[in-house]
Amino acid sequence: MSAHASYYVPAQSRWPILASVALFLLAFGAATLVNGLTAKSGAGPGLLMVLGGALLLSLILVGWFANVIQESHAGLYSDQMDRSFRWGMSWFIFSEVMFFAAFFGALFYVRTLAVPWLGGEGDKGASQMLWPGFTAEWPLMNPPDSERFPGPQELVDPWHIPLLNTVLLVTSSFTVTLAHHALLRDHRTAVARWLGVTVLLGLTFLGFQIYEYVHAYNDLGLTLNAGVYGATFFILTGFHGAHVTLGTFMLIVIFLRVLKGHFDPTNHFGFEAVSWYWHFVDVVWIGLFLFVYVL
Amino acid sequence: MSTMDTAAPGVHEEHHGPASGIGRWLFTTNHKDIGTLYLWFSLLMFLIGGVMALLIRSELFQPGLQLVEPGFFNQLTTMHGLIMVFGAVMPAFVGLANWMVPLMIGAPDMALPRMNNWSFWILPFAFAILVSTLFMDGGAPNFGWTFYAPLSTTYAPPSVTYFIFAIHIMGASSIMGAINIIATILNLRAPGMTMMKLPLFVWTWLITAFLLIAVMPVLAGVVTMMLMDIHFGTSFFNAAGGGDPVLFQHVFWFFGHPEVYIMILPAFGIVSQILPTFSRKKLFGYASMVYATASIAILSFLVWAHHMFTVGLPLVGELFFMFATMLIAVPTGVKVFNWVATMYRGSLTFETPMLFAIAFVVLFTIGGFSGLMLAIAPVDFQYHDTYFVVAHFHYVLVPGAIFSIMAGVYYWLPKWTGHALNEGMGKLHFWCSFIGVNITFFPMHFLGLAGMPRRIPDYALQFADFNMVATVGAFIFGFSQLLFVWNVIHCIRSRETVSAQVWEGAHGLEWEVPSPAPYHTHTTPPRVE
Repeated sequence: MSAHASYYVPAQSRWPILASVALFLLAFGAATLVNGLTAKSGAGPGLLMVLGGALLLSLILVGWFANVIQESHAGLYSDQMDRSFRWGMSWFIFSEVMFFAAFFGALFYVRTLAVPWLGGEGDKGASQMLWPGFTAEWPLMNPPDSERFPGPQELVDPWHIPLLNTVLLVTSSFTVTLAHHALLRDHRTAVARWLGVTVLLGLTFLGFQIYEYVHAYNDLGLTLNAGVYGATFFILTGFHGAHVTLGTFMLIVIFLRVLKGHFDPTNHFGFEAVSWYWHFVDVVWIGLFLFVYVL
Repeated sequence: MSTMDTAAPGVHEEHHGPASGIGRWLFTTNHKDIGTLYLWFSLLMFLIGGVMALLIRSELFQPGLQLVEPGFFNQLTTMHGLIMVFGAVMPAFVGLANWMVPLMIGAPDMALPRMNNWSFWILPFAFAILVSTLFMDGGAPNFGWTFYAPLSTTYAPPSVTYFIFAIHIMGASSIMGAINIIATILNLRAPGMTMMKLPLFVWTWLITAFLLIAVMPVLAGVVTMMLMDIHFGTSFFNAAGGGDPVLFQHVFWFFGHPEVYIMILPAFGIVSQILPTFSRKKLFGYASMVYATASIAILSFLVWAHHMFTVGLPLVGELFFMFATMLIAVPTGVKVFNWVATMYRGSLTFETPMLFAIAFVVLFTIGGFSGLMLAIAPVDFQYHDTYFVVAHFHYVLVPGAIFSIMAGVYYWLPKWTGHALNEGMGKLHFWCSFIGVNITFFPMHFLGLAGMPRRIPDYALQFADFNMVATVGAFIFGFSQLLFVWNVIHCIRSRETVSAQVWEGAHGLEWEVPSPAPYHTHTTPPRVE
């Protein structure tokens, strides 16, 4: 309980209000941009706002984290502060779990209820009367209105790129853990090596994912517009890919910090937070591989 | 900027007071400043949302269309709901948590003070976006605060995109605020402040914060699916592509039902602080209060489809959600019983906070009972989308959530300002509000049972009398809130000082620090025996 005496309360900071301005630019700009594109009236000031907001937010994050790192190096953080960070990161990851849960829930609902009902199952006959010729199937290759939503001609074969990607991500979870163990033993070259391998695995995963998207759009007819299979496929894999991108970026930052001599065997929560995040991204992928690709 | 931020490490002053000028509010990391910002913001939103409510009631004063276009009426009901839920009630509770949780648990501040500032300052920007939609081509969102697809997708005005992104950033604000509150409660309690000694306001906020982190991302998910459907050709909510508009309702209410408890659990906490003080007794059944709160929170994840009884659910779904919903009456009943038992044989006095708290218990219970009626699926077929529903949720939100916020503000304002309340004016505010709120919302039960649909600017002649009464009540309630504003400002400016304990029967760490609470409190944690 001795840690109680010295909880660090930072002085005033300009980062949060600037970050709010950046979020405002991003949100307002993105809405303007997307509306302009849909109305085919051009991007207008939207694109500029999005780019400005993104640039501002990046600069703020660099400055804000630099502050935190300085404070940590100055010894201002007690064990209790460390626990606050741990709770913060844990609950943040829980919120991310719930974000994906919404999309997984949508997938399960559509597969097990909505599509069979459209095909006439259950006692809700009315929905079948809308498209009498429709047969329910999953994956849904022929949506009820196939003119507006032309279904995919083919699906991604789970046993090629997706399987390879599974192996890559699972391996990267091990390599980041190896890096952690090396850090605990203070083998700094090994830390950098295993982190480097993890980053490369993440980048390779992303490369394959991009290739798969191009393939899906160009050769398979699997698009956002391909009915609800395409919708669930892209929203789940797309948000996962976005999280892998962010995770890889965070790993790169940690990698550079290790090269700069940051972290020691007892004090490295920044490292741990990123590895937690990476494991989370990995677990989500296992769910995706099973429920989006295989089953 | 760089001087301020880089100077912080190393030359950190332990007991800096408030900075001067506007910078104090823009850059603050102090939980009391941030709590104050939240509360003023919430009051502003409450008044804006209230003006919209009065416009709605004015249109409904008599049958026929007289004041606003039907399209604008739809925008008013939508914006009124969104502003009151996300702009008034939720930020008010977060403001109270910011002020009181660290004081109550003996913490020096919130666990993550800079993020705390960020959580607040996102909100004015998010609401600037939301309110700006009123001035856009095609008007503001007009699909109701529940924004059901396809009204909010296929048939939505272009401003829906701004609405979606505004929801995204205010969701980020809520999640960060909730993470901060959980980390504070779990990690910053003073030595000896064990979990089962936590004041009930802290307990209810801990559970509320958990609900927020669990469901705000689901809200983000559902608006993202809308965005994809509107702009990127997906068919989540479009049966032509194999999706289902009902999917929207499921995902929305999976967020929405815990959300309504997010707006009431902190209210339970506030009332559980106030009733013991003015009854001069300990809270009856502390442990059962904690368990009841947790039970309500868990059940809130299992009842969402009771908002959708008429959408064509399979029979098994209707039954499951009906019974699960009725189960919630059990822990809620425990709470009401405990509040009444707390007052039983107490030495009661009726200061303004106590009046609001007692009114909360009575009127919230009425709202709870009408909720129980709505929970019965076959009966809900009659009530669904009528004014009975409007009466129900306004009873739990206005004399429920809002009254508890007022009670909390009156209760803690002397601690914040160091000045006494004007009791006479406080009581006047209470009685005007109490009478106004009942005149407004009680007749709506009858209107709904008689079949008046909600969200429609015109109505059949037989509904005229009760609507007229409701409108008169709404204006009484609305204008009496100016008394509240007067009371708050008067208390800030008053010269009459109060003791540290403020109220004779008040107990807890927050009443041991001086009034007004110093800028930094509990920098060395107190020891709780």
